[in-house]
Amino acid sequence: MGVMGTSVLRLEDPALLTGTGRFIDDVPASGALHVAFLRSPEAHALIRRIDTTAARALAGVHAVLTLEDLVPVMTRRAMMGGSRSSKLPDNVIPTALADKEVCFVGQPVALVVAESRYVAEDAVALVEVDYEPLPVVADCRAAMEADSPRVQRGAKSNVLASYNVSYGDVEAAFRDAKHVFGDAFWQHRGGGHSIECRGIFVDCRGPDGLTVWASTQKPHELFQVLADLLDLDENRLRVVTPDVGGGFGPKLIVYPEDVAVAASAKLLGVPLKWIEDRREHFLGAVQERDQYWSMEIAVDADAHILGLRGGLLHDLGAYAYQDVNLPYNSATSVAGPYIVPACSMDVAIAQSNKVPVSSVRGAGYPQPAFAMERLMDRVAAELGLDRAEVRRRNIIPTEKMPYEKPLKARSGAPIVYDSGDYPACQAEVLAAAGWEDFPKRQATARAEGRYIGIGLANAVKGTGRGPFESGMVRITPSGRISIYTGAMAMGQGLRTALAQICADEFGVRAEDVTVVAGDTAMIPLGFGGFASRQLVTAGTSVHLSSKAVAAKARKLASDILKVAEDDLELADGEVRVIAAKQLVLDAKKPRSIGLGDLARVLRGAGGSAFPDGLEPGLEASLYWRSDSLAYANACHVVEVEVDVDTGGVRLIRYVAIQDSGRLINPVIVDGQVHGGIAHGIGNALFEWMGYDDAAQPITTTFADYLLPTATELPAFETLYKESPSPLNPLGVKGAGEVGTIPVTAAIMSAVENALTPFKVRIAQTPISPEQLLELIEKGRS
Amino acid sequence: MTPHSVRVTVNGRVYERTIPPRLTLADFLRHELGLTGTHLGCEHGVCGACTVLVDGTSARSCLMLAVQANGAEIRTVEGLKAPDGSLHPIQEAFRQNHGLQCGYCTPGMLMTLVEFLGENPKPTADEVRDAISGNLCRCTGYQRIVDAALDAASRLGSRES
Repeated sequence: MGVMGTSVLRLEDPALLTGTGRFIDDVPASGALHVAFLRSPEAHALIRRIDTTAARALAGVHAVLTLEDLVPVMTRRAMMGGSRSSKLPDNVIPTALADKEVCFVGQPVALVVAESRYVAEDAVALVEVDYEPLPVVADCRAAMEADSPRVQRGAKSNVLASYNVSYGDVEAAFRDAKHVFGDAFWQHRGGGHSIECRGIFVDCRGPDGLTVWASTQKPHELFQVLADLLDLDENRLRVVTPDVGGGFGPKLIVYPEDVAVAASAKLLGVPLKWIEDRREHFLGAVQERDQYWSMEIAVDADAHILGLRGGLLHDLGAYAYQDVNLPYNSATSVAGPYIVPACSMDVAIAQSNKVPVSSVRGAGYPQPAFAMERLMDRVAAELGLDRAEVRRRNIIPTEKMPYEKPLKARSGAPIVYDSGDYPACQAEVLAAAGWEDFPKRQATARAEGRYIGIGLANAVKGTGRGPFESGMVRITPSGRISIYTGAMAMGQGLRTALAQICADEFGVRAEDVTVVAGDTAMIPLGFGGFASRQLVTAGTSVHLSSKAVAAKARKLASDILKVAEDDLELADGEVRVIAAKQLVLDAKKPRSIGLGDLARVLRGAGGSAFPDGLEPGLEASLYWRSDSLAYANACHVVEVEVDVDTGGVRLIRYVAIQDSGRLINPVIVDGQVHGGIAHGIGNALFEWMGYDDAAQPITTTFADYLLPTATELPAFETLYKESPSPLNPLGVKGAGEVGTIPVTAAIMSAVENALTPFKVRIAQTPISPEQLLELIEKGRS
Repeated sequence: MTPHSVRVTVNGRVYERTIPPRLTLADFLRHELGLTGTHLGCEHGVCGACTVLVDGTSARSCLMLAVQANGAEIRTVEGLKAPDGSLHPIQEAFRQNHGLQCGYCTPGMLMTLVEFLGENPKPTADEVRDAISGNLCRCTGYQRIVDAALDAASRLGSRES
C-alpha cells in the first residue's frame, strides 16, 4: 500500500512548529545593509526635484538613490524582461523607482541604504521631494470618460485594451427569450495579505556573483528579470526561495522594489536587504477584484438559460506589473457550470491612479461567479422558483462531460471541462446542509424575530496552468531520493504532496524524500506557485520522473542480479526479488541491491566499463506539458443570521463540496479549502481596501482593513468528490483557489434570503453592516 | 540615543546586551539574539504573529521595547519543545491536526495558546476562538487551529492526570 491518497503528516511542520523555519527575514545576513523606500504621498504628481542632502548627512546612511543613480547599471529604464510579452504600451510598464512622475500613492520614489532598518527609515523622512500634483483618476469608470485626465502624463488613453469575447447567436437568444433580466454588479478590491510581507536579500559578496533570497511565488521569473535588467551572466546569479509565509497572489509579481534593491546592490557592491512592512504591503503589493459588471440574462419560460450578454470594466491600477490576464479569465468563465448557448462579453481594461492590480487568490474567477450566481438568484426570484432548482435546470449534466465550450483558454487550447459531476455535487451539498428543511427553520426563526437565510453558489475553476513545470528526481550514492522543482510552496504543503507521489514509486515513506523547491541553482527551469497549478504540473512531472528513475533502477538491478525485471520490486530503498520468486533462486545469489548502490554504478568510475543501454545518473528530469486546464468545481451552501438593527451578518453554518479530482493528501486539501473559504468570507463581509476621491488609500492597517478572525468564522463542513481528471496520469486537479470563488455569491444569496421581507437586493461585494442597514431601512419604508 | 544595557532571561538562558532604547523586543529577539522563530506580521499590534510570553503573560513583542523587558523572563516558540527535542503537546497537536500551513503565524498562535490553556485547561471551541481572535491567520480559516487547541487541551490534561 502506498502513501498517495493518505493524509501523511506534513514534512514541513517540525521546523515551522519549533521556530526553526527560515523565512526571508531569518536568512543570516550579517554585514548586510538595509533598504527603506521613500514612497509617493501623491496619487498623481510630477517630481520637480528630489533633495537627498539631509538624508545622506544622517549618521549610518550609506546612500540615497533615485532612478537616475540606478540607470547606469541597468539595461533599460522600464522593467521589461522575464516572461513579459511586449504587447503592452510603454506607459503601463513600471520603472524600479519613479521616473519623474508618480502615479499611485505608495509608488517607490527613492531608496535609502543604511546600517539598520531604523536608520534607513529615519533617513527616508529626511528626503525632500517637490511634487507638482496632477489631476487624479480615482476610479476606472471615470477613467473611461472622454474628457478624463490621464492616469499617466503623455499616455494616449487610460484604456489599455477593449475586446469582445462571444459565441452563439446572442441576438436571437435575447429576441426569442420569454424573460430578460439585467443587473449591474461591483466587486471591490482587497489584498492578498499573507501574514509575512514581501522581502528580498541580495548578497553580492561571494565569488560566484549575486545570490538573491526572496519571498516570492516565482523565483525563476525573478531570476530572468534580474538577469535581463541588470545584464547579469546567468551563471553568476542564483535566486533561492526560503520558507514563504503565505503568497495568495501578490508574491507572484517581480516588483519595482525587487529590481531597485538588486540594482542598488550591484551599483554599490554591498549586500542589501529589504523587508516590507504591513503599511507598505497595503501601498505596494498588488490588489485585486475591482470590476464593474453590467449583465443581462435571457431565459425561457422554464428558466433555461438562452443567452448572456454584457460587459465588465477591469481596473488595472496605475501599472501592469505583468501581462494583463485576469479580465480574460473573468469573461471566459462567466458561464461557470451552466449551459449557456450564447454569450457576448465586452471587456474593457482601464487604468486608475491606484495600487496596481494583479492576481489575488481566485485571480479573475470570483467576479464572474458573483455575477452569474447573482443572476441565477434573480431568475429564481422573478420566476418564483427555488434557487437550487434554477441551477439544477441549467447545470451541465454529467453525461455531457467532457464539455467543450466554444471558447479558447489563454494558451489557445479550447476550454474543455474535462471531468466532474456538477449536478451530484450540488445535490450532495444541499442534502448535507438541509436545504429542503430550511424554509421550516426559517419560519420558526422569523416567529422569534430572527432573520436567518440560506444561500448557495457553484464554481468552476481551471487549474494546473502550464505550459509545464519541472520535477526532477535524483537518487544519490548515499541512497537519498531528492526532488527538484520550480513549483513553489507558500504554505500548501507541496513538499509533502510531491514526496508522497515520489515515495510510492520506490516503496519508501514520504519523509525519506527530500524536496528542493524554488532554487534556480538546483533546477534551471520552472514557473512557480500560482493558478492552483503546482500539484497538477509539478506533481505529474515528479510522477513521470519517479517512474523513469524506477524503471532505470529496475533495469540495472535486473542486469546485476541476473533476474528478470518482472521478478523485481522496489521497496524500502532497494530493488529486490519478489518474495514468490525468491525460493527458486540460488541461495548464494544476492537477492537485492540498494538504490544507492545502483546510483553509484550509474555515476560510473573513471575509465571503467559502463552498463549497456542506460544513461548516466540515477535520475530523470521530465517536464510534463500542460496545454489544457483541469477543471475543479465546488458548490457552497451557507446559512446566515442578519441582525436587522445593526446590519451585522453572522455565519451560522458553512457547508462546501469540492471536486479537485484525486486527492493525494486529503487533509492538506481540506486545509486549502478552509483557507479558500475564509478568504472569500473576507471578500464578502470584511475586506474593504478603501480609497478616497483623490485615490488616497484610507485602510492601511489591520485595524482599518479587516481580515477575518477566528470569532467571525464558523466551523466549516467539507465534502469531497473525486472525479479524476483524464488530462494527467495522477487524475489530480488544483485546489487552493477553488474554495474562494463561490463564497461571496453564496453569502449574498443567504443574506438576501434572510432579508426577503425587506426585499433587499445586493449587487456588490464586500458589503458592510452600514450598507446593509441602508438597504434594510429602504425596505422598511 | 544613548545605548542602554538590558539583561533578560529568554527560554531559561540569560542574555545581556547594550542596545538602542528604541529597539523593539521583537527585533531584539530576532536580530540581537538570533531567535528568529518570533515573527513580525504587521508591526502595529494587530496580527499577533510576534506574541511572546513576558513573565508568563502574552505580549506583542512588536509593541514593546526591549529595554522595557529588562529583568524579565521571556518565553518564545524556541523554548517550547522538551530538552530531549520532543514537541510540546500544543506543538504536537498542531502537527497532528494540520493546524498550520505556511507556519508564519504559528509561533504567535502557539504562545497565545500556551498562556490560554494554562488558564483554561478545558475550553470550549468558542472559548478557543475567542482566545485566538487577536491572532491573524490567512491560510487555515482557523478551523484546524481550533481543533488543534482542543486536542492540545486534552493532551495536556492527560499528561497531568
